[in-house]
Amino acid sequence: MKQSYSLNVNGTVHKIEADEDMPLLYALRDDLGLNNPHFGCGLAQCGACTVHLDGRPIRSCITTISDVGDGRVVTLAGLGTPERPHPLQTAYIEEQVPQCGYCINGWIMTAAAFLRDNKKPSDEQIRSALEGLKCRCGTHMSILRAVKRAAAMMG
Amino acid sequence: MTRIETNFSRRALLKAGGALVISVGAPVTFDLAHADEAGGAAAMSATVKPALTPDQLSSYIAVAADGTVAAYFGKMDMGHGIAVAIGQMVAEELDVPFRSVKVVMGDTATSVNQGGASGSTGIQEGGKQLRAAAAEARRVLVEMAVDRLGLPADQLQVADGVVSAKENAAKKVSYGELIGGRYFNVQLAWNGKIGNPLYAPGKAKPKDPKDYRVVGQPIKREDVAPRVFAQFDFITDIKVPGMVHGRMIRPKVAGAVPVNVDESSIEDIPGAKVVWNQGFLGVVADKEWDAIKASRQLKVEWSDAKPPFPAQAAIYDYIRNTPPRKKEAGGKTVGDVEAAFKNAARVIEAEYEWPFQSHASMGPACAVVDVKDDQVTIWTGSQKPHYTRDGVAALLGVPVDKVHAMWVPGPGSYGRNDAGDAAMDAALLSKSVGKPVRLQYMRDQATGWDPKGPASIHRARAALDASGKVIAYEFMSKGLPRVDVNSNESKPYDTLAGQLIGVPLKSGDGFAVPQESYGFENKYTYWETVPPLLDRGSPLRTSHLRDPVGPQIHFASESFMDEVAAALNMDSVAFRLQYVRDPRDIAVIKAAAEKAGWQTRPSPRKNLTGTKVSGRGFAYVQRGLTRVAIVAEVDVDRLSGKIWARKFTVAHDCGQIINPDGLRHAIEGNVVQGISRTLWEEVKFDNKNVTSIDWLTYPILDITETPETIETVLIDHPEIEPSGAGEPATRPVAAAIANAVFDATGVRIRRVPFSPDNVKSALS
Repeated sequence: MKQSYSLNVNGTVHKIEADEDMPLLYALRDDLGLNNPHFGCGLAQCGACTVHLDGRPIRSCITTISDVGDGRVVTLAGLGTPERPHPLQTAYIEEQVPQCGYCINGWIMTAAAFLRDNKKPSDEQIRSALEGLKCRCGTHMSILRAVKRAAAMMG
Repeated sequence: MTRIETNFSRRALLKAGGALVISVGAPVTFDLAHADEAGGAAAMSATVKPALTPDQLSSYIAVAADGTVAAYFGKMDMGHGIAVAIGQMVAEELDVPFRSVKVVMGDTATSVNQGGASGSTGIQEGGKQLRAAAAEARRVLVEMAVDRLGLPADQLQVADGVVSAKENAAKKVSYGELIGGRYFNVQLAWNGKIGNPLYAPGKAKPKDPKDYRVVGQPIKREDVAPRVFAQFDFITDIKVPGMVHGRMIRPKVAGAVPVNVDESSIEDIPGAKVVWNQGFLGVVADKEWDAIKASRQLKVEWSDAKPPFPAQAAIYDYIRNTPPRKKEAGGKTVGDVEAAFKNAARVIEAEYEWPFQSHASMGPACAVVDVKDDQVTIWTGSQKPHYTRDGVAALLGVPVDKVHAMWVPGPGSYGRNDAGDAAMDAALLSKSVGKPVRLQYMRDQATGWDPKGPASIHRARAALDASGKVIAYEFMSKGLPRVDVNSNESKPYDTLAGQLIGVPLKSGDGFAVPQESYGFENKYTYWETVPPLLDRGSPLRTSHLRDPVGPQIHFASESFMDEVAAALNMDSVAFRLQYVRDPRDIAVIKAAAEKAGWQTRPSPRKNLTGTKVSGRGFAYVQRGLTRVAIVAEVDVDRLSGKIWARKFTVAHDCGQIINPDGLRHAIEGNVVQGISRTLWEEVKFDNKNVTSIDWLTYPILDITETPETIETVLIDHPEIEPSGAGEPATRPVAAAIANAVFDATGVRIRRVPFSPDNVKSALS
């Protein structure tokens, strides 16, 4: 049974019709036409669909549209722009992190929330904050370099 | 700037219905309009593009009026930055700024079939061709300038795309003025081959490497920024007008086919339709979530298929005991191995085992296919779109020239993953429903139903004389074929869709033997393949997975060299240096050992006590013309069985280095994926089906387990043609880790993966 929902995404409110059990991911991709949160597993195991909901990284593939309510959703596109990049975006470019880049939402959105709340983290803390996220191309070394670089930029 | 694009750009995006829509069949973005008329050498240019054939210069290079150069590349960049390297090679030969070269990849309308991403040949074969074409284009342009400027070629020079008189730089003409807007009309000396070996040089000789200014520079990728700012469309983001969403339905018991499908079970879902043809079963719906729901809700009665697989524990016995379907010697046979073994003072033997592994790409494969009466259009993440085109044409029974395939970067690749199958499935769905269909698999289908890297066993034996000299070496690989289904989807029998609609089968054979230069007096290496466990529509069909069969073979062969060294109480680097013959091999071995601070001593280390122990291991391989030596340093927790592959030192020689920055990233990715495959990866199955269906049941290396350091030593040989780097460094990783675990613990582990449970039981 489809219902109406108002979604606050990257600062804009969108109205959509959807089943209440539809995951947020499909609203973002199929209804709003956003290209950044990706379907990786649909099981909250990989992170490719990660967005911020009220500042917390969540897996949009298992978060139903009805659970989002009037929460503020921020996607990678809302994190920064080429003109005003988030330090992680700058660091990702500097370190030339991605191979395919399909996993990027998980790492950047998770790390962004972590670095906001944890200044000057140790290598160990960075690794543990990112535990469970998947990168199949094996760019882990570059990811760690980029997060450290961004942490230094964020003081 | 080098813009790396497929044949549509974001400019071609239209806002429609709140969703991004790409105009179908958008023309190639490279604009040849507004040209001056060509000069006297007009015969070498044309206003109408010559046919897109491998023997035409215009099939590789075009110059616009503003001097921008298009390099049409029939391979593609799967994330190693190969497009940057190709741009560098083209810019170098043409003497144009790097940023004025635009590499256009993987579009069957603009590039000839150079084999797609394949066998680490992007630079080795693909780049070689683009380099030759660019050199020829420069020669032709200079010849045109001879006419225009009235000076002989030896009095002309080229810089930044401008030909000028050496004596009078004011006397000049730009490439754009010479040909801009017209096409090259120059015949090349094509070798008659398509795919990887395609080569079609012109009369020009490429530059002497001592004159390089662009090649060898660490130029960065420009396709990173769009990815981090979410301005990048993956294959999964392609939308076309009128498109519907598809999902496939696979059986619970592999080999079962639908015998009854109750379409009324999904009639409450808007737009939901069933597409059923023999074993092929899918659904479409207008919205993606509805297609997913329909695929889950559809009531299907399946045939009562006999469980096709042995218990997982029996797989190596199946391989060991099944008569080979094919046997072939590989490498160079030297001397008389049997006679030498009869005279041996001592014989060392060992057998190694490697499991099925999955590509397990980051996202399930996706394809968009639009089958119309007169034209078929394919957007695919397949790394070989020219072959995708051929496969879809064959599957649908339409002429190849009516099919247009465009590669769009997908969620990872690493060989014949699920991307090609997705395009074929989407083609059948689209043909059936008469609309463009976007199909994406689900996670369980991506990991459970992609073509697998083959499981294998490897048997090695060495004969020693009384002095401890190796007088004979024999090595056997025996496994499922590397090409039960081929490495591309050009033949329907090599695809799930083709197999499920009943095409006659043609399972291929092939494995391989170690690539090295050990100069043993008597040497024999060979391989055998056994038939697949299920011949049609199998989730365990086998094909190419990154460095096809390389990791398993060299896990065995380089573990074995370590075993022989240990049996002789010799240092394993010293042992290798005693027998390795190729000077470049010797150089990488020495470079890795030196950089790692290798201490000469036998393995295992002395005083094998302690719960947490450390060790170091060595391995070296060739892959084609590339050689890699690697030192692994690992920590082993004997109680938990957990291994931390803490540090790697990699010496890498792939001839001439085009871009050291891209090369370092490629090596790191190879090593990390290699660690993952060594420590964790094994496709699990029961007698009915594959049971590795997600990241819990097919774990890969976690960031918390990532090495502390990967050091690389890049050995550059500007004078030697570049060979591949996309796969070689993954090849020695497993053996280096195994040898390090032996060094740390004194225990030899001969079966991958080295998961904590497996290591714990090996150590107890």
